[in-house]
Amino acid sequence: MSELLDAFQLAFMQRAMVASIVVGALASYFGVFVVQRRLSFLGVGLSHAAFGGVALGLLLQVDPMWVALPFTVVVALGINVVTHRGDIAGDTAIGIFFAVAIALGVVFLALTPRYTADAFAYLFGSILAVKTSDVWLVGGIAAITLLLLPMWGRWAYASFDRDLARAGRVPVQRDDLLLSVLLAVTIVASVKIAGIILVAAFLVIPAATARLLTSRFRSMTILSVSIGSFTAAGGLVLSYVFDIPSGATIVLFQAVLFFLAFVFHR
Amino acid sequence: MPAPAVSVSDLTVRFGDHRVLDDITFEAHQGDFVAVVGPNGAGKTTLLKVLLGLASPDNGIARIFGKPPRESDSGVVGYVPQIKTLDRSFPAQSIELVVSGLYEHWPFSLSEEDRERALDALRHVDAEDLAERALSRLSGGELQRVYLARSLIRTPRVVILDEPATGIDVVGSTDLYELLDDYQETHQATVLMVTHDWNAAYHHATHVLLLDGRQVGYGPPETALKEECLREAFGHIGHAHAMMIGDRHE
Repeated sequence: MSELLDAFQLAFMQRAMVASIVVGALASYFGVFVVQRRLSFLGVGLSHAAFGGVALGLLLQVDPMWVALPFTVVVALGINVVTHRGDIAGDTAIGIFFAVAIALGVVFLALTPRYTADAFAYLFGSILAVKTSDVWLVGGIAAITLLLLPMWGRWAYASFDRDLARAGRVPVQRDDLLLSVLLAVTIVASVKIAGIILVAAFLVIPAATARLLTSRFRSMTILSVSIGSFTAAGGLVLSYVFDIPSGATIVLFQAVLFFLAFVFHR
Repeated sequence: MPAPAVSVSDLTVRFGDHRVLDDITFEAHQGDFVAVVGPNGAGKTTLLKVLLGLASPDNGIARIFGKPPRESDSGVVGYVPQIKTLDRSFPAQSIELVVSGLYEHWPFSLSEEDRERALDALRHVDAEDLAERALSRLSGGELQRVYLARSLIRTPRVVILDEPATGIDVVGSTDLYELLDDYQETHQATVLMVTHDWNAAYHHATHVLLLDGRQVGYGPPETALKEECLREAFGHIGHAHAMMIGDRHE
């Protein structure tokens, strides 16, 4: 126990803990809209789009996070614009952008000398990689999300029925764009903790667990955020204790809660 | 002279090369109950979408009390969508759906005043006991009442309904039409309802708009639902015309 407490005296562990809790809360907050709108594939698509941005950052030898951020936002906006034109279904648009981003990432990595170790840290997550600037990034996104809390009602309304919201003069398309951008930056901010491969789970599993346990969207949101931040903190501690990767540990912790909720919910 | 509650003039809507609505013109005034009738693909729902500001006409105009639908005052129009579009997995109680009609966003919490107004609206449609019930546990008829309470909570001057009786049994749909009749008479509201139910159109509407992409007829039910008009819109009508029996609601 004292060894564990000692570990959390270390600056890198403190950074990882703060970032994990905030990222867990953010991802599971946006996750309720993702789950309720059946957009889980969007989370997967955007996280893999981040791979293209990370690879470009490694190629250009600049901090991959700051390249992945605009790269993923552009992909999110692209998916949104193509989907709203109406000719292409949402999952098809995600599939196209997802594949293009991965292909670009592979090409960028192929052009990058000695990339392997860095790329693996982003693919699978590494708490050692969490820097002070990453904590500031996560904090900035959290501050913006708090300022935009009044948007919850409009996003929830459009999640319930888009046409009903549009008929009520809610600017659904503009709100969707904002949600997509926030989703993209949250995913990029989560990459160092969860890893590109697993970050979509941060969006989906806490929200799905909360859905099983509640019958109101408000309580689903509160519970999802609670589960997201709790599992992120708990998973990080477990990952240290058992010396296993943080992202996978957090996701497995979330999955255990999901299956317990699935078995025991009425 | 006051502007008509709903006015549509030379309205044409195209999806690509296909004219979904072609040159539609009609007016509905305060206190009118308009049933929009026609076969599948006749453009009925598209017409509603134009009047709700959800679709734009390629030609012609649509007005609600003289204003384009997107610019009409908040709360003037109450909308009841088809219940088959409802996402039953959405975690919500009936009272939350009703309150959403007050603010046009999903309520995070309900004030005492919101709750009282919602209960009052539910009482008017005889559904007060459904207030705390999850939407996923409502029958089709119960859900339609809750949607109706939501649309009426701000006492709109125009009520637009898209096939409100779909999925509801005969008793439930009769109750629904009587609630609409009552609201229309009490508030001198204009009701515009898309329906496949010729009987309901005949017995409850003051006017029927018969569509088949173009406007086949518009006028009192006795005129617009004449056998030759129905035959023109639907191709054949079987024995359906004979089913429109009994006294019309006055």
